[in-house]
Amino acid sequence: MAGSPPAAPSSRDARGSASPGALLTAPDVARVVDRMAHQLIEKAGNGLGDLVLVGIPTRGAPLARRLAARVEAFSGTPIDVGTVDITLYRDDLRLRGVRALEDTVLPGSGIDGRLVVLVDDVLFSGRSVRAALDALRDLGRPRAVQLAVLIDRGHRELPIRADYVGKNVPTSRAQSVKVRLAETDGADEVRVEGE
Amino acid sequence: MKRHLLEADDLDRADATLVLDTAAQIEAALTGREVKKLPTLRGRTVVNLFYEDSTRTRISFELAAKRLSADVINFSAKGSSVSKGESLKDTALTLEAMGSDAIVIRHGASGAPHQLASWVRGSVVNAGDGTHEHPTQALLDAYTIRARLGRLEGVRVAVVGDVLHSRVARSNVRLLHTLGAEVTLVAPPTLLPVGVGSWPAEVSYDLDAVLPKADVVMMLRVQAERMNASYFPSAREYSRRYGLDARRMAALGDDAIVMHPGPMNRGMEIAAEVADSVRSTIVEQVGNGVSVRMAVLYLLLGGAPS
Repeated sequence: MAGSPPAAPSSRDARGSASPGALLTAPDVARVVDRMAHQLIEKAGNGLGDLVLVGIPTRGAPLARRLAARVEAFSGTPIDVGTVDITLYRDDLRLRGVRALEDTVLPGSGIDGRLVVLVDDVLFSGRSVRAALDALRDLGRPRAVQLAVLIDRGHRELPIRADYVGKNVPTSRAQSVKVRLAETDGADEVRVEGE
Repeated sequence: MKRHLLEADDLDRADATLVLDTAAQIEAALTGREVKKLPTLRGRTVVNLFYEDSTRTRISFELAAKRLSADVINFSAKGSSVSKGESLKDTALTLEAMGSDAIVIRHGASGAPHQLASWVRGSVVNAGDGTHEHPTQALLDAYTIRARLGRLEGVRVAVVGDVLHSRVARSNVRLLHTLGAEVTLVAPPTLLPVGVGSWPAEVSYDLDAVLPKADVVMMLRVQAERMNASYFPSAREYSRRYGLDARRMAALGDDAIVMHPGPMNRGMEIAAEVADSVRSTIVEQVGNGVSVRMAVLYLLLGGAPS
């Protein structure tokens, strides 16, 4: 890829990062996650004890664990983490070949009556979140459900918005946003690819 | 995965592992839930076409399809136009004209599912054909072994009894071999099929010699309904030489498990106290059958039509 895409201002210039064209570098990702953790603590207030962070695989799962670790570090309150696989709830199953499933793991105490925050890497059409909401409905009845995403790239196809956003990135539909995380891809980085 | 599941050899190692992993994930996702239903196959139709009697397999397939929100039509040959002489082909084409996406077939004739697969556009799943194959039973057995022992590679499985008439044995030998297990068939010579030498399995006539080395003992039902000759002198003698009783069970290693595909002839191939012991996975196998069949239906019907 030549140069950074026009719609995505790069943060590499100031620090001279070794990865040209990255929208977020590893230190940026860490800072963004820290900020989201603070926002979660602030917004949850006294309800922090019944907070459950539920990641949407693949990359929402490690993000949820990281967010939980930071919330614990800042607040001293232990936070439950889970993952919910949405594959069997997708509305586009018939548009592609069959997909492998991923793990669904919920904390032993369940999600009934608790504040569930869904965590995903990129918010795009909103269809993954819709599938996750359907999955949650079968798993229990949370007191409230909120949404935290690392990147909001726009182009919603459903009336869904995020409560916590790491970074808003205006993109064109033709572009793709690639989030890489150390747990799944070896290193932290966010890039926008294509024109 | 291929479009149909007709025999164990339709699955290579990667496919078979994918089925088992998918089943494990489905089971984990549904455990402890109030709503044991997934919307995945909404609007798809699965026909259970059963020309032979069955309790667990038919109910298991029906439950699996319903838990994935598919519409299920149960067809049994009794009480249908089959009794007026309608052929398998005409029955199948009729069902497909009504919009079935998959046909799960059990038939007394070996090879009937293969014939069916050449006539219809949808997927065909073999739920047992004659003395040929029963691939989903082999999958749920492999799943049960993996869940209990944690592995399949190198696991020593003794398959004991009426191998000649057993589609379960045939499918298990092939699938377990694909997955890296070592199978030994134990039966009287009269109950071993011609050409068993070419199967990927050892053969023994002596149950007591095999038991101490086995991690898994899979007992087969003596299929009296398929026996038109005397394969052994008496039920008592068969039971004494090839039945699994408490004394024989004591010869097993500490972690070894006892399996049976059901229905059991208690007191014949397996003693009641063995069937009800902690080593027995017989009830577990039935439960696992639903998860495994959900995985199969999802993998065959869940993606884009090919």
